[in-house]
Amino acid sequence: MADPAADAKTHLGRRLSGRTWLILGVIFAGLHAVPGIAPEMIHNLIMIMLFAIMGQGWNVLSGYAGQFSFGHSLFFGVGAYTSSLLFVKLGISPWIGLPCAMLAAAAVGLMIAYLSFRYGLSGPFFALIMLAFAEIFHISVMSWKYAGGAGGLLIPLKGTAPLLFQFTDKAPFYFLLLWLLAASLLLVWKMEGWRMGLYFQAIRENEDAAEALGIDSLGFKMRAMAISAAMTALGGVIYAQYLLFIDPDSTFATVNSVEIMLRPIIGGPGTVLGPLLGSLILTPLSEITRSAFQSYSGVYMMFYGGMLVVVVLFLPDGLMGLFRRIARYRKKDRG
Amino acid sequence: MTNSGTILSLTDVTKSFRGVMAVCSVSLDVRESEILGVIGPNGAGKTTLFNLISGFLSPDKGTIFFEGHSLAGLKPNRICRLGLSRTFQIVKPFGHLSVLENVAVGAFNRAACAAEAEEKAWSVLKFIGLDHKALSPAFSLTTPDRKRLELGRALACSPRLLLLDEVMAGLNPREKENVSELVRNIRASGVAVLIIEHAMRVIMGLSDRICVLNYGQCIATGDTASVCSDPKVITAYIGEGMNPGKSPC
Repeated sequence: MADPAADAKTHLGRRLSGRTWLILGVIFAGLHAVPGIAPEMIHNLIMIMLFAIMGQGWNVLSGYAGQFSFGHSLFFGVGAYTSSLLFVKLGISPWIGLPCAMLAAAAVGLMIAYLSFRYGLSGPFFALIMLAFAEIFHISVMSWKYAGGAGGLLIPLKGTAPLLFQFTDKAPFYFLLLWLLAASLLLVWKMEGWRMGLYFQAIRENEDAAEALGIDSLGFKMRAMAISAAMTALGGVIYAQYLLFIDPDSTFATVNSVEIMLRPIIGGPGTVLGPLLGSLILTPLSEITRSAFQSYSGVYMMFYGGMLVVVVLFLPDGLMGLFRRIARYRKKDRG
Repeated sequence: MTNSGTILSLTDVTKSFRGVMAVCSVSLDVRESEILGVIGPNGAGKTTLFNLISGFLSPDKGTIFFEGHSLAGLKPNRICRLGLSRTFQIVKPFGHLSVLENVAVGAFNRAACAAEAEEKAWSVLKFIGLDHKALSPAFSLTTPDRKRLELGRALACSPRLLLLDEVMAGLNPREKENVSELVRNIRASGVAVLIIEHAMRVIMGLSDRICVLNYGQCIATGDTASVCSDPKVITAYIGEGMNPGKSPC
Protein backbone atom coordinates (compact mmCIF):
# COMPACT_ATOMS: atom_id res chain seq x y z
CA MET A 1 0.00 0.00 0.00
CA ALA A 2 1.23 3.50 -0.77
CA ASP A 3 1.61 6.07 1.95
CA PRO A 4 -1.99 6.42 3.19
CA ALA A 5 -1.39 10.07 4.04
CA ALA A 6 -0.87 10.87 0.39
CA ASP A 7 -3.53 8.84 -1.37
CA ALA A 8 -6.65 10.68 -0.26
CA LYS A 9 -7.52 14.07 1.07
CA THR A 10 -9.00 13.14 4.42
CA HIS A 11 -9.17 10.13 6.69
CA LEU A 12 -11.20 11.64 9.48
CA GLY A 13 -14.67 10.17 9.57
CA ARG A 14 -15.75 7.71 6.91
CA ARG A 15 -15.26 8.14 3.19
CA LEU A 16 -17.35 6.82 0.34
CA SER A 17 -16.03 5.76 -3.03
CA GLY A 18 -17.29 7.32 -6.26
CA ARG A 19 -19.24 4.16 -7.03
CA THR A 20 -21.05 4.26 -3.71
CA TRP A 21 -22.01 7.88 -4.34
CA LEU A 22 -23.40 6.89 -7.72
CA ILE A 23 -25.46 4.05 -6.27
CA LEU A 24 -26.81 6.31 -3.52
CA GLY A 25 -27.66 8.98 -6.11
CA VAL A 26 -29.56 6.46 -8.22
CA ILE A 27 -31.50 5.16 -5.21
CA PHE A 28 -32.35 8.72 -4.17
CA ALA A 29 -33.53 9.63 -7.66
CA GLY A 30 -35.45 6.37 -7.98
CA LEU A 31 -37.33 7.00 -4.74
CA HIS A 32 -38.89 10.08 -6.36
CA ALA A 33 -40.88 7.75 -8.61
CA VAL A 34 -42.59 5.86 -5.76
CA PRO A 35 -45.72 8.08 -5.48
CA GLY A 36 -46.36 7.50 -9.20
CA ILE A 37 -45.80 3.75 -9.09
CA ALA A 38 -47.01 2.57 -5.70
CA PRO A 39 -49.19 5.22 -4.02
CA GLU A 40 -50.41 2.69 -1.43
CA MET A 41 -46.89 2.56 0.02
CA ILE A 42 -46.60 6.29 0.59
CA HIS A 43 -48.07 6.38 4.08
CA ASN A 44 -45.71 3.69 5.34
CA LEU A 45 -42.73 5.34 3.72
CA ILE A 46 -43.67 8.68 5.25
CA MET A 47 -43.79 7.11 8.71
CA ILE A 48 -40.48 5.31 8.08
CA MET A 49 -38.75 8.54 7.06
CA LEU A 50 -40.34 10.61 9.82
CA PHE A 51 -39.08 8.25 12.50
CA ALA A 52 -35.72 7.89 10.76
CA ILE A 53 -35.21 11.67 11.00
CA MET A 54 -36.27 11.80 14.64
CA GLY A 55 -34.18 8.71 15.36
CA GLN A 56 -31.23 10.54 13.80
CA GLY A 57 -31.91 13.37 16.24
CA TRP A 58 -31.74 10.94 19.16
CA ASN A 59 -28.65 9.39 17.58
CA VAL A 60 -26.68 12.65 17.67
CA LEU A 61 -27.07 13.03 21.42
CA SER A 62 -27.22 9.41 22.55
CA GLY A 63 -25.46 7.48 19.80
CA TYR A 64 -22.64 9.91 19.00
CA ALA A 65 -22.19 11.93 22.17
CA GLY A 66 -23.11 8.96 24.38
CA GLN A 67 -25.68 10.74 26.55
CA PHE A 68 -28.54 8.27 26.68
CA SER A 69 -31.91 10.00 26.55
CA PHE A 70 -35.14 8.33 27.57
CA GLY A 71 -37.33 11.35 26.90
CA HIS A 72 -37.07 12.49 23.31
CA SER A 73 -40.86 12.64 23.07
CA LEU A 74 -40.30 15.94 24.89
CA PHE A 75 -38.77 17.52 21.77
CA PHE A 76 -41.27 15.80 19.51
CA GLY A 77 -44.06 17.38 21.56
CA VAL A 78 -42.42 20.80 21.87
CA GLY A 79 -41.96 20.84 18.09
CA ALA A 80 -45.51 19.76 17.29
CA TYR A 81 -47.11 22.12 19.81
CA THR A 82 -44.98 25.18 18.99
CA SER A 83 -45.79 25.24 15.29
CA SER A 84 -49.43 24.20 15.82
CA LEU A 85 -50.08 26.83 18.48
CA LEU A 86 -48.48 29.51 16.33
CA PHE A 87 -50.71 28.46 13.45
CA VAL A 88 -54.00 27.87 15.27
CA LYS A 89 -53.81 30.80 17.68
CA LEU A 90 -51.86 33.42 15.74
CA GLY A 91 -52.31 32.28 12.17
CA ILE A 92 -48.56 32.08 11.56
CA SER A 93 -47.65 29.72 8.74
CA PRO A 94 -46.06 26.45 9.90
CA TRP A 95 -43.21 27.20 7.50
CA ILE A 96 -42.27 30.00 9.92
CA GLY A 97 -43.38 27.85 12.83
CA LEU A 98 -40.89 25.18 11.78
CA PRO A 99 -37.69 27.10 12.63
CA CYS A 100 -39.44 28.54 15.70
CA ALA A 101 -40.26 25.01 16.87
CA MET A 102 -36.69 23.86 16.29
CA LEU A 103 -35.36 26.82 18.26
CA ALA A 104 -37.86 26.27 21.07
CA ALA A 105 -36.90 22.61 21.37
CA ALA A 106 -33.20 23.51 21.29
CA ALA A 107 -33.79 26.05 24.06
CA VAL A 108 -35.62 23.51 26.23
CA GLY A 109 -32.86 21.00 25.49
CA LEU A 110 -30.10 23.46 26.39
CA MET A 111 -31.78 24.22 29.69
CA ILE A 112 -32.00 20.53 30.62
CA ALA A 113 -28.48 19.90 29.34
CA TYR A 114 -27.03 22.72 31.42
CA LEU A 115 -28.89 21.59 34.54
CA SER A 116 -27.75 17.97 34.20
CA PHE A 117 -24.32 18.11 32.59
CA ARG A 118 -23.07 20.90 34.84
CA TYR A 119 -23.01 18.31 37.62
CA GLY A 120 -21.69 15.56 35.41
CA LEU A 121 -24.99 13.69 35.35
CA SER A 122 -24.73 10.77 32.95
CA GLY A 123 -25.87 7.25 32.20
CA PRO A 124 -29.12 6.13 33.84
CA PHE A 125 -29.39 9.37 35.85
CA PHE A 126 -29.45 11.53 32.74
CA ALA A 127 -31.87 9.10 31.06
CA LEU A 128 -34.24 9.47 34.02
CA ILE A 129 -33.94 13.28 34.04
CA MET A 130 -35.03 13.28 30.40
CA LEU A 131 -37.93 10.97 31.22
CA ALA A 132 -38.92 13.23 34.09
CA PHE A 133 -38.88 16.38 31.96
CA ALA A 134 -40.92 14.70 29.23
CA GLU A 135 -43.51 13.72 31.83
CA ILE A 136 -43.53 17.20 33.37
CA PHE A 137 -44.33 18.65 29.94
CA HIS A 138 -46.85 15.89 29.27
CA ILE A 139 -48.82 16.61 32.43
CA SER A 140 -48.47 20.39 32.15
CA VAL A 141 -49.82 20.45 28.60
CA MET A 142 -52.66 18.13 29.68
CA SER A 143 -53.92 20.82 32.00
CA TRP A 144 -53.05 23.78 29.79
CA LYS A 145 -56.50 24.95 28.66
CA TYR A 146 -55.18 27.44 26.10
CA ALA A 147 -53.45 24.62 24.21
CA GLY A 148 -56.52 22.44 24.28
CA GLY A 149 -55.65 20.49 27.40
CA ALA A 150 -56.10 16.75 27.22
CA GLY A 151 -58.41 17.18 24.25
CA GLY A 152 -55.56 18.29 22.06
CA LEU A 153 -55.41 20.67 19.14
CA LEU A 154 -57.21 20.28 15.85
CA ILE A 155 -55.35 22.00 13.05
CA PRO A 156 -57.97 23.43 10.68
CA LEU A 157 -57.66 22.05 7.18
CA LYS A 158 -57.42 24.80 4.58
CA GLY A 159 -57.30 22.50 1.57
CA THR A 160 -54.18 22.34 -0.52
CA ALA A 161 -52.32 25.42 0.68
CA PRO A 162 -48.58 25.07 0.14
CA LEU A 163 -47.90 28.40 1.85
CA LEU A 164 -49.62 27.08 4.98
CA PHE A 165 -47.78 23.74 4.87
CA GLN A 166 -51.03 21.95 4.07
CA PHE A 167 -51.59 19.39 1.37
CA THR A 168 -54.62 17.19 0.84
CA ASP A 169 -52.34 14.83 -1.05
CA LYS A 170 -49.70 12.73 0.68
CA ALA A 171 -47.08 13.02 -2.05
CA PRO A 172 -45.75 16.49 -1.06
CA PHE A 173 -45.07 15.19 2.45
CA TYR A 174 -43.28 12.26 0.92
CA PHE A 175 -40.99 14.44 -1.21
CA LEU A 176 -40.33 16.86 1.65
CA LEU A 177 -39.37 14.04 3.99
CA LEU A 178 -37.23 12.37 1.34
CA TRP A 179 -35.16 15.53 0.95
CA LEU A 180 -35.00 16.22 4.67
CA LEU A 181 -33.93 12.64 5.33
CA ALA A 182 -31.19 12.88 2.70
CA ALA A 183 -30.06 16.19 4.20
CA SER A 184 -30.00 14.77 7.74
CA LEU A 185 -28.02 11.73 6.63
CA LEU A 186 -25.55 13.91 4.76
CA LEU A 187 -25.19 16.27 7.71
CA VAL A 188 -24.49 13.53 10.25
CA TRP A 189 -22.17 11.73 7.86
CA LYS A 190 -20.17 14.94 7.32
CA MET A 191 -20.21 15.63 11.04
CA GLU A 192 -18.31 12.41 11.75
CA GLY A 193 -15.19 13.99 10.29
CA TRP A 194 -15.63 17.45 11.79
CA ARG A 195 -14.07 18.63 14.99
CA MET A 196 -17.52 18.58 16.61
CA GLY A 197 -18.35 15.03 15.52
CA LEU A 198 -15.00 13.68 16.68
CA TYR A 199 -15.37 15.51 19.97
CA PHE A 200 -18.86 14.02 20.48
CA GLN A 201 -17.48 10.53 19.95
CA ALA A 202 -14.46 11.18 22.15
CA ILE A 203 -16.79 12.26 24.97
CA ARG A 204 -18.82 9.07 24.48
CA GLU A 205 -15.76 6.84 24.51
CA ASN A 206 -14.08 8.39 27.54
CA GLU A 207 -15.00 11.72 29.02
CA ASP A 208 -11.92 12.05 31.26
CA ALA A 209 -9.57 11.45 28.37
CA ALA A 210 -11.59 13.90 26.26
CA GLU A 211 -11.26 16.60 28.94
CA ALA A 212 -7.54 15.92 29.25
CA LEU A 213 -7.20 16.51 25.50
CA GLY A 214 -8.72 19.96 25.76
CA ILE A 215 -12.36 19.18 25.00
CA ASP A 216 -14.87 21.35 26.84
CA SER A 217 -17.16 18.40 27.53
CA LEU A 218 -19.99 20.49 29.00
CA GLY A 219 -20.05 22.80 25.98
CA PHE A 220 -19.98 20.00 23.43
CA LYS A 221 -22.64 17.93 25.21
CA MET A 222 -24.85 21.03 25.14
CA ARG A 223 -24.23 21.41 21.41
CA ALA A 224 -25.16 17.77 20.86
CA MET A 225 -28.35 18.34 22.83
CA ALA A 226 -29.31 21.43 20.80
CA ILE A 227 -28.82 19.68 17.45
CA SER A 228 -30.60 16.58 18.67
CA ALA A 229 -33.58 18.50 20.04
CA ALA A 230 -33.95 20.59 16.88
CA MET A 231 -33.90 17.53 14.61
CA THR A 232 -36.50 15.75 16.69
CA ALA A 233 -38.70 18.86 16.78
CA LEU A 234 -38.54 19.00 12.98
CA GLY A 235 -40.19 15.58 12.96
CA GLY A 236 -42.81 16.83 15.41
CA VAL A 237 -43.81 19.75 13.19
CA ILE A 238 -44.21 17.56 10.11
CA TYR A 239 -46.13 14.97 12.12
CA ALA A 240 -48.60 17.66 13.25
CA GLN A 241 -49.08 19.01 9.72
CA TYR A 242 -49.46 15.50 8.33
CA LEU A 243 -52.08 14.25 10.79
CA LEU A 244 -53.62 17.69 11.53
CA PHE A 245 -54.36 16.64 15.09
CA ILE A 246 -52.15 16.48 18.16
CA ASP A 247 -52.86 15.79 21.81
CA PRO A 248 -50.52 15.35 24.79
CA ASP A 249 -50.79 11.55 24.70
CA SER A 250 -49.81 11.22 21.06
CA THR A 251 -46.85 13.58 21.39
CA PHE A 252 -45.32 13.82 24.88
CA ALA A 253 -46.10 10.27 26.04
CA THR A 254 -43.23 7.94 26.93
CA VAL A 255 -44.38 5.56 24.19
CA ASN A 256 -43.05 8.07 21.68
CA SER A 257 -39.68 8.26 23.40
CA VAL A 258 -39.46 4.50 23.02
CA GLU A 259 -40.54 4.68 19.38
CA ILE A 260 -37.89 7.31 18.63
CA MET A 261 -34.98 5.65 20.39
CA LEU A 262 -35.71 2.04 19.49
CA ARG A 263 -34.98 2.61 15.81
CA PRO A 264 -31.38 3.80 16.15
CA ILE A 265 -30.75 1.25 18.91
CA ILE A 266 -31.81 -1.60 16.65
CA GLY A 267 -30.20 -0.15 13.52
CA GLY A 268 -26.95 0.79 15.25
CA PRO A 269 -26.43 3.71 17.63
CA GLY A 270 -23.63 6.07 16.66
CA THR A 271 -23.80 5.16 12.97
CA VAL A 272 -25.12 7.33 10.14
CA LEU A 273 -27.41 4.68 8.69
CA GLY A 274 -28.53 3.11 11.97
CA PRO A 275 -31.71 5.15 12.48
CA LEU A 276 -32.88 4.67 8.90
CA LEU A 277 -32.13 0.95 8.94
CA GLY A 278 -33.94 0.53 12.26
CA SER A 279 -36.89 2.50 10.96
CA LEU A 280 -37.06 0.44 7.76
CA ILE A 281 -37.44 -2.70 9.86
CA LEU A 282 -39.39 -1.50 12.86
CA THR A 283 -41.99 0.82 11.32
CA PRO A 284 -43.56 -1.82 9.02
CA LEU A 285 -43.28 -4.42 11.80
CA SER A 286 -45.19 -2.23 14.21
CA GLU A 287 -47.89 -1.57 11.57
CA ILE A 288 -48.21 -5.29 10.86
CA THR A 289 -48.35 -6.37 14.51
CA ARG A 290 -50.82 -3.59 15.26
CA SER A 291 -53.20 -4.70 12.52
CA ALA A 292 -52.68 -8.40 13.23
CA PHE A 293 -53.46 -8.05 16.95
CA GLN A 294 -56.05 -5.28 16.66
CA SER A 295 -58.24 -6.67 19.41
CA TYR A 296 -55.32 -6.87 21.84
CA SER A 297 -54.07 -3.32 22.16
CA GLY A 298 -50.50 -3.09 23.39
CA VAL A 299 -49.31 -6.39 21.96
CA TYR A 300 -46.95 -4.50 19.66
CA MET A 301 -45.27 -2.98 22.72
CA MET A 302 -44.58 -6.47 24.06
CA PHE A 303 -43.19 -7.27 20.68
CA TYR A 304 -40.88 -4.23 20.88
CA GLY A 305 -39.76 -5.31 24.33
CA GLY A 306 -38.85 -8.78 23.12
CA MET A 307 -36.99 -7.36 20.17
CA LEU A 308 -35.05 -4.94 22.38
CA VAL A 309 -33.96 -7.80 24.67
CA VAL A 310 -32.68 -9.78 21.71
CA VAL A 311 -30.81 -6.81 20.22
CA VAL A 312 -29.25 -5.74 23.51
CA LEU A 313 -28.13 -9.31 24.26
CA PHE A 314 -26.80 -10.30 20.86
CA LEU A 315 -26.25 -7.10 18.88
CA PRO A 316 -25.06 -4.40 21.28
CA ASP A 317 -23.95 -2.29 18.30
CA GLY A 318 -27.18 -2.87 16.39
CA LEU A 319 -27.48 -4.20 12.87
CA MET A 320 -24.78 -1.84 11.58
CA GLY A 321 -22.41 -3.33 14.15
CA LEU A 322 -23.26 -6.79 12.83
CA PHE A 323 -22.62 -5.71 9.23
CA ARG A 324 -19.29 -4.17 10.21
CA ARG A 325 -18.22 -7.34 12.01
CA ILE A 326 -19.09 -9.42 8.94
CA ALA A 327 -17.16 -6.99 6.71
CA ARG A 328 -14.12 -7.25 8.99
CA TYR A 329 -14.16 -11.07 8.95
CA ARG A 330 -14.45 -11.13 5.17
CA LYS A 331 -11.58 -8.68 4.87
CA LYS A 332 -9.49 -10.86 7.20
CA ASP A 333 -10.26 -13.96 5.14
CA ARG A 334 -9.13 -12.24 1.97
CA GLY A 335 -6.04 -10.67 3.55
CA MET B 1 5.65 33.82 40.65
CA THR B 2 7.85 31.82 38.30
CA ASN B 3 11.55 32.34 37.88
CA SER B 4 12.82 32.46 34.38
CA GLY B 5 13.48 28.92 33.27
CA THR B 6 10.74 27.47 35.47
CA ILE B 7 7.70 26.22 33.60
CA LEU B 8 5.66 24.68 36.40
CA SER B 9 5.79 25.71 40.00
CA LEU B 10 4.00 24.00 42.89
CA THR B 11 4.00 25.63 46.30
CA ASP B 12 2.80 23.89 49.44
CA VAL B 13 0.24 21.79 47.54
CA THR B 14 -1.91 19.66 49.84
CA LYS B 15 -4.78 17.26 49.17
CA SER B 16 -6.47 14.93 51.60
CA PHE B 17 -9.26 12.41 51.16
CA ARG B 18 -11.26 12.17 54.39
CA GLY B 19 -8.28 12.44 56.63
CA VAL B 20 -5.89 10.52 54.43
CA MET B 21 -3.15 12.89 53.39
CA ALA B 22 -2.63 11.91 49.76
CA VAL B 23 -0.38 14.84 48.96
CA CYS B 24 1.05 16.84 51.82
CA SER B 25 2.57 20.28 51.29
CA VAL B 26 4.55 19.45 48.18
CA SER B 27 6.63 22.18 46.58
CA LEU B 28 8.21 21.44 43.26
CA ASP B 29 9.58 23.27 40.25
CA VAL B 30 9.83 21.91 36.74
CA ARG B 31 12.35 23.70 34.55
CA GLU B 32 12.08 24.37 30.85
CA SER B 33 12.78 21.29 28.71
CA GLU B 34 13.95 19.06 31.51
CA ILE B 35 12.84 15.53 32.33
CA LEU B 36 11.80 15.37 35.96
CA GLY B 37 11.09 11.88 37.29
CA VAL B 38 8.61 11.32 40.10
CA ILE B 39 9.13 8.10 42.01
CA GLY B 40 7.81 6.65 45.23
CA PRO B 41 6.30 3.49 46.70
CA ASN B 42 2.73 2.48 45.85
CA GLY B 43 0.23 4.88 47.33
CA ALA B 44 2.78 7.65 47.76
CA GLY B 45 0.50 10.15 46.01
CA LYS B 46 2.12 10.33 42.59
CA THR B 47 -1.04 9.99 40.54
CA THR B 48 -2.92 12.31 42.92
CA LEU B 49 -0.20 14.88 42.29
CA PHE B 50 -0.79 14.52 38.54
CA ASN B 51 -4.54 14.83 38.99
CA LEU B 52 -3.99 18.04 40.96
CA ILE B 53 -1.71 19.56 38.33
CA SER B 54 -3.96 18.59 35.39
CA GLY B 55 -7.12 19.91 37.05
CA PHE B 56 -8.99 16.65 37.69
CA LEU B 57 -8.70 17.41 41.42
CA SER B 58 -8.33 20.76 43.10
CA PRO B 59 -5.86 21.16 45.95
CA ASP B 60 -7.07 21.87 49.49
CA LYS B 61 -4.16 24.22 49.94
CA GLY B 62 -1.27 25.63 47.97
CA THR B 63 -0.80 27.10 44.53
CA ILE B 64 0.12 25.72 41.13
CA PHE B 65 1.49 28.08 38.49
CA PHE B 66 2.08 27.09 34.88
CA GLU B 67 4.07 29.60 32.83
CA GLY B 68 2.89 32.34 35.15
CA HIS B 69 -0.81 31.37 35.04
CA SER B 70 -2.45 30.16 38.21
CA LEU B 71 -4.22 26.85 37.55
CA ALA B 72 -6.57 27.30 40.51
CA GLY B 73 -10.16 26.48 39.56
CA LEU B 74 -9.39 25.71 35.92
CA LYS B 75 -11.04 22.68 34.34
CA PRO B 76 -8.81 20.04 32.71
CA ASN B 77 -9.70 21.17 29.18
CA ARG B 78 -8.60 24.76 29.92
CA ILE B 79 -5.33 23.54 31.40
CA CYS B 80 -4.72 21.40 28.32
CA ARG B 81 -5.27 24.41 26.09
CA LEU B 82 -2.72 26.39 28.11
CA GLY B 83 -0.14 23.84 26.97
CA LEU B 84 -0.04 21.19 29.69
CA SER B 85 -1.18 17.72 28.63
CA ARG B 86 -1.18 14.40 30.41
CA THR B 87 -1.53 10.68 29.87
CA PHE B 88 -3.37 8.25 32.09
CA GLN B 89 -1.85 5.33 33.97
CA ILE B 90 -4.77 3.19 32.84
CA VAL B 91 -4.85 3.97 29.14
CA LYS B 92 -8.12 5.42 27.86
CA PRO B 93 -8.17 5.06 24.07
CA PHE B 94 -11.30 6.13 22.16
CA GLY B 95 -11.90 2.53 21.11
CA HIS B 96 -14.36 3.04 18.28
CA LEU B 97 -12.36 5.80 16.63
CA SER B 98 -9.41 5.06 14.38
CA VAL B 99 -5.88 5.60 15.68
CA LEU B 100 -5.61 8.64 13.44
CA GLU B 101 -8.85 10.11 14.76
CA ASN B 102 -7.70 9.51 18.34
CA VAL B 103 -4.64 11.63 17.73
CA ALA B 104 -6.57 14.18 15.66
CA VAL B 105 -8.83 14.84 18.66
CA GLY B 106 -5.74 16.12 20.45
CA ALA B 107 -4.50 17.99 17.40
CA PHE B 108 -7.78 19.92 17.05
CA ASN B 109 -6.70 21.90 20.11
CA ARG B 110 -4.38 24.06 18.08
CA ALA B 111 -5.58 23.39 14.55
CA ALA B 112 -7.77 25.89 12.74
CA CYS B 113 -9.38 23.32 10.44
CA ALA B 114 -9.79 19.59 9.97
CA ALA B 115 -7.07 19.41 7.30
CA GLU B 116 -4.55 21.03 9.61
CA ALA B 117 -5.51 18.71 12.48
CA GLU B 118 -5.14 15.69 10.25
CA GLU B 119 -1.73 16.82 9.03
CA LYS B 120 -0.58 17.29 12.61
CA ALA B 121 -2.00 13.88 13.55
CA TRP B 122 -0.06 12.18 10.73
CA SER B 123 3.19 13.81 11.78
CA VAL B 124 2.65 12.76 15.42
CA LEU B 125 1.85 9.20 14.32
CA LYS B 126 5.07 9.07 12.31
CA PHE B 127 6.97 10.42 15.31
CA ILE B 128 5.63 7.75 17.68
CA GLY B 129 5.88 5.06 15.01
CA LEU B 130 2.20 4.19 14.73
CA ASP B 131 1.49 5.52 11.24
CA HIS B 132 1.19 2.00 9.79
CA LYS B 133 -1.84 1.41 12.05
CA ALA B 134 -3.40 4.84 11.53
CA LEU B 135 -6.66 3.61 10.06
CA SER B 136 -7.25 0.68 12.43
CA PRO B 137 -9.76 1.12 15.24
CA ALA B 138 -8.01 1.89 18.53
CA PHE B 139 -9.55 -1.13 20.28
CA SER B 140 -7.57 -3.43 17.96
CA LEU B 141 -4.20 -2.19 19.28
CA THR B 142 -1.88 -4.22 21.51
CA THR B 143 -0.95 -2.93 24.98
CA PRO B 144 2.40 -1.39 23.95
CA ASP B 145 0.70 0.32 21.01
CA ARG B 146 -2.05 1.62 23.27
CA LYS B 147 0.60 3.15 25.51
CA ARG B 148 2.14 4.78 22.46
CA LEU B 149 -1.23 6.07 21.34
CA GLU B 150 -1.86 7.53 24.80
CA LEU B 151 1.45 9.36 24.49
CA GLY B 152 0.79 10.43 20.91
CA ARG B 153 -2.60 11.87 21.76
CA ALA B 154 -1.14 14.02 24.53
CA LEU B 155 1.67 15.07 22.22
CA ALA B 156 -0.75 16.11 19.49
CA CYS B 157 -2.05 18.86 21.79
CA SER B 158 1.33 20.58 21.22
CA PRO B 159 2.10 20.88 24.93
CA ARG B 160 4.93 22.85 26.55
CA LEU B 161 4.85 20.41 29.47
CA LEU B 162 3.90 16.76 29.25
CA LEU B 163 2.84 14.68 32.27
CA LEU B 164 3.44 10.98 31.70
CA ASP B 165 1.84 8.60 34.19
CA GLU B 166 3.58 5.21 34.01
CA VAL B 167 3.72 5.02 30.22
CA MET B 168 6.12 2.10 30.48
CA ALA B 169 4.24 -0.15 32.91
CA GLY B 170 3.59 -3.55 31.38
CA LEU B 171 6.15 -3.17 28.61
CA ASN B 172 9.12 -5.49 28.10
CA PRO B 173 12.67 -4.10 28.38
CA ARG B 174 13.06 -3.53 24.66
CA GLU B 175 9.73 -1.69 24.42
CA LYS B 176 10.71 0.34 27.49
CA GLU B 177 13.93 1.36 25.75
CA ASN B 178 11.89 2.43 22.69
CA VAL B 179 9.57 4.59 24.77
CA SER B 180 12.54 6.09 26.64
CA GLU B 181 14.02 7.06 23.30
CA LEU B 182 10.70 8.64 22.38
CA VAL B 183 10.63 10.65 25.61
CA ARG B 184 14.20 11.87 24.96
CA ASN B 185 13.16 12.97 21.48
CA ILE B 186 10.16 14.80 22.91
CA ARG B 187 12.41 16.66 25.29
CA ALA B 188 14.82 17.41 22.47
CA SER B 189 11.97 19.21 20.72
CA GLY B 190 11.79 21.63 23.65
CA VAL B 191 8.99 20.06 25.71
CA ALA B 192 9.45 19.62 29.44
CA VAL B 193 8.45 16.19 30.78
CA LEU B 194 7.21 15.24 34.23
CA ILE B 195 7.21 11.45 34.39
CA ILE B 196 5.99 8.91 36.95
CA GLU B 197 7.66 5.56 36.62
CA HIS B 198 8.19 2.45 38.68
CA ALA B 199 10.97 0.95 36.61
CA MET B 200 14.01 2.36 38.48
CA ARG B 201 16.63 1.53 35.91
CA VAL B 202 14.66 3.31 33.19
CA ILE B 203 13.82 6.44 35.13
CA MET B 204 17.31 6.83 36.53
CA GLY B 205 18.73 6.71 33.02
CA LEU B 206 16.10 9.06 31.64
CA SER B 207 15.61 11.83 34.18
CA ASP B 208 17.64 14.97 34.70
CA ARG B 209 16.30 15.27 38.21
CA ILE B 210 14.23 13.04 40.48
CA CYS B 211 11.58 13.86 43.06
CA VAL B 212 10.80 11.13 45.60
CA LEU B 213 7.35 11.01 47.17
CA ASN B 214 6.54 9.01 50.27
CA TYR B 215 3.24 9.21 52.17
CA GLY B 216 2.36 12.29 50.16
CA GLN B 217 5.48 14.18 51.06
CA CYS B 218 8.35 15.08 48.83
CA ILE B 219 11.25 13.57 50.76
CA ALA B 220 14.01 14.32 48.30
CA THR B 221 14.59 16.28 45.12
CA GLY B 222 17.78 16.48 43.16
CA ASP B 223 19.92 14.81 40.56
CA THR B 224 19.78 11.03 40.32
CA ALA B 225 23.02 10.33 42.17
CA SER B 226 22.24 12.44 45.20
CA VAL B 227 18.69 11.06 45.46
CA CYS B 228 19.94 7.48 45.33
CA SER B 229 22.33 7.97 48.20
CA ASP B 230 19.85 9.92 50.34
CA PRO B 231 19.27 7.92 53.53
CA LYS B 232 15.60 8.96 53.66
CA VAL B 233 15.02 7.53 50.21
CA ILE B 234 16.76 4.28 51.10
CA THR B 235 14.64 3.99 54.23
CA ALA B 236 11.43 4.61 52.27
CA TYR B 237 12.23 1.96 49.73
CA ILE B 238 14.00 -0.73 51.74
CA GLY B 239 12.88 -0.03 55.27
CA GLU B 240 14.64 0.94 58.48
CA GLY B 241 17.40 -1.14 59.99
CA MET B 242 18.50 -2.53 56.69
CA ASN B 243 21.96 -2.14 55.35
CA PRO B 244 22.17 1.63 54.87
CA GLY B 245 24.76 1.25 52.15
CA LYS B 246 22.29 -0.46 49.83
CA SER B 247 20.70 1.90 47.38
CA PRO B 248 17.38 1.18 45.64
CA CYS B 249 18.84 1.94 42.26
